[in-house]
Amino acid sequence: MSASSAAKPSVVTHALKDALIAGIVAFGLFVLLLGFLADDTLGKLRPLPRPVLLAAAVGIVFVGRFLVSLLYYNAAALRLLLGELFVSILALAKRFRFALLAAMVALAIAWVLYSPGDWPLATMIVVAILFAVWLGLTPALLALAVLFPIAFYSNPYYLGIAIIILTYVMLGWGLNIVVGLAGLLDLGYVAFYAVGAYSYAIIAQAYGWSFWVCLPLAGLFAAFFGVLLGFPVLRLRGDYLAIVTLAFGEIVRIVLLNWVSLTNGPNGIGSIPRASFFGVPFTADDDGFAARFGFEFDPTHRTVFLFYLILALALITNWVTIRLRKLPVGRAWEALREDEIAVRSLGINPTNTKLTAFAIGAMFGGFAGAFFATRQGFISPDSFTFPESALILAIVVLGGMGSQIGVAIAAIVMTASFELFREFEQFRLVIFGFAMVGIMIWRPRGLISSREPSVYLKERKTISAEHVAEGHG
Amino acid sequence: MAHEAILALNGLTMRFGGLLAIDDLSFEAKRGDITALIGPNGAGKTTVFNCITGFYEPTSGAIRVNHAGGKSFALEKLPDFKIAKRVHVARTFQNIRLFPGMTALENLMVAQHNVLMRASGFTIFGLFGLPGYRRAEREAVELARYWLEKTALTDRADDPAGSLPYGAQRRLEIARAMCTKPVLLCLDEPAAGLNPRESDELNVLLRAIQKETDTSILLIEHDMNVVMEISNRIVVLDHGKKISEGTPEFIRNDPKVIAAYLGVEEDAVDAAEAEVGA
Repeated sequence: MSASSAAKPSVVTHALKDALIAGIVAFGLFVLLLGFLADDTLGKLRPLPRPVLLAAAVGIVFVGRFLVSLLYYNAAALRLLLGELFVSILALAKRFRFALLAAMVALAIAWVLYSPGDWPLATMIVVAILFAVWLGLTPALLALAVLFPIAFYSNPYYLGIAIIILTYVMLGWGLNIVVGLAGLLDLGYVAFYAVGAYSYAIIAQAYGWSFWVCLPLAGLFAAFFGVLLGFPVLRLRGDYLAIVTLAFGEIVRIVLLNWVSLTNGPNGIGSIPRASFFGVPFTADDDGFAARFGFEFDPTHRTVFLFYLILALALITNWVTIRLRKLPVGRAWEALREDEIAVRSLGINPTNTKLTAFAIGAMFGGFAGAFFATRQGFISPDSFTFPESALILAIVVLGGMGSQIGVAIAAIVMTASFELFREFEQFRLVIFGFAMVGIMIWRPRGLISSREPSVYLKERKTISAEHVAEGHG
Repeated sequence: MAHEAILALNGLTMRFGGLLAIDDLSFEAKRGDITALIGPNGAGKTTVFNCITGFYEPTSGAIRVNHAGGKSFALEKLPDFKIAKRVHVARTFQNIRLFPGMTALENLMVAQHNVLMRASGFTIFGLFGLPGYRRAEREAVELARYWLEKTALTDRADDPAGSLPYGAQRRLEIARAMCTKPVLLCLDEPAAGLNPRESDELNVLLRAIQKETDTSILLIEHDMNVVMEISNRIVVLDHGKKISEGTPEFIRNDPKVIAAYLGVEEDAVDAAEAEVGA
């Protein structure tokens, strides 16, 4: 007791000292950058002093550093407080779920009454909460996904966003195999996405084969590239692996830019054949989907079909990953993440294990790429830049490496918030950065960081994050 | 007629740059025996283990393992995982290397990777849950259960390995090695950090492995309580050389061993100095 109260002033002094140093550094940095404005209004260059701006900048740094210092030295207490808050909010929500539900329903009704145009969104929110409370998170999300196109049939904008979100969910799940399960940090995942998209576009255009033939081919090509990348980087671990995969991603993009005869270079490939409903195209003529099945022609049919297509692809990715985790290969991946030397001592070939992780992860990236190509109808190397890789990796890391539902939530939140904050164009990345820093401080292992065992003897106990390794490469 | 020696080292030499870690070491371990490898710190014991299990490639010399069926393997050129997979040599580590985020049971399932991999048709049959794989997995769980019982870990089967107490982690590592059905089990200081009761339990476990399975044991150990009580034969290393070999009785009374461990008497040093003319 006495120790903590005695320590308190020192924490404040320490923070003050720290802030002072930061202030001095800031002054040194800003005195020329902000303190003076090079002015040449009279044809003569002279420095115009800007003391207020300088003082403001230094002041912000000083106060900010002081607060950070204070919070940092009390980090344990702060984290505990926030953690408790989170848990108690959850507990409260659970306890008053019926009241909550009633409030939501009331809100939704009010919403429908006052703005009838937006009723599907309100309904969806109510449905989501209903499902989440009674069924749990996973079935709620699933039900939501299945019902989504029905509710938003008349709103192609929302449908489009949902399709993008699902593409990222699928990419996140694909990368989760490599990063989350096998613990291999891959910064060039978008390369496989690109390989899938381009192989679909090129094959479909050159041979005129249908989507359902080209899709597996695109996946196979991407898997082949996964193995191709896997071989040289198998000996690398950690940072080195990350750098080489980053380079690989760039190499693929630059090859796509420069191999003009095959890829049409920076102009990209246009008029890529659209996906058909198992051979029935979504066109307005007599052979089209609408005429064949006796509907009025509506371009939304195709969008809805694309929605269910990517939903199915993503769910297949999820299903395969869940199955693989319970198979020897999946356990070997996780064991590899935990301790590679022990893996080798048990007679498991680490090379093959890493290669399968790379290949299967890449294959799903390739499927997603083929979907992207058929949805867009146009692809160019601009769609496969490094920030794309970074976004997918961020989804996996923020969601919780290895956790399927965590990755899905992260993909939804990140992609949807990108749309949500579209109005704040310039500040989008700032908000994104803050969210990332926040999560890394309060949930350093991602949103859902615990691990479900793949097999159990008596009871399945969730394994808390503290024991689970992140992998070293 | 199977060869009597499960493991035969012949002229094993390991050099790290200018350091001669193992110098022309030869010894044999008999099938069904518990053979102990002892010596002061830095004598090269773990290096010998790393050579046998393929984590190091020896500079020169031969390492052979002879299976009971008559098959014989040259280990010096095989990579680590192939030694475990084909020759069935399993090992534990001086600083425990479990998969801390996986449960005890999962650790033992990973050890049965190669068997399960074949049963799952290299994942393809397993993906669709064909009955052949399901049966193989049940058998794997049974084998894991057997070793969990042997190592008194059944109650902790569903806990992450990283949360087990130290002694339990040591036992789990042995159980995991046994799940690979090894012909030779190499234990690197299995009693390190155990209290007297736990090290007695370890003796019981190792004796049981010797008696009930076809696994021969090679162990590095500093705990003389364990070494003297359970080994059939002891090899003593010092500065990479074999200085003595024999039964526990013999080793206990060998002046060379005592000198290596305890240093020599003052007058012996004087005599040696006189010899070199210092």
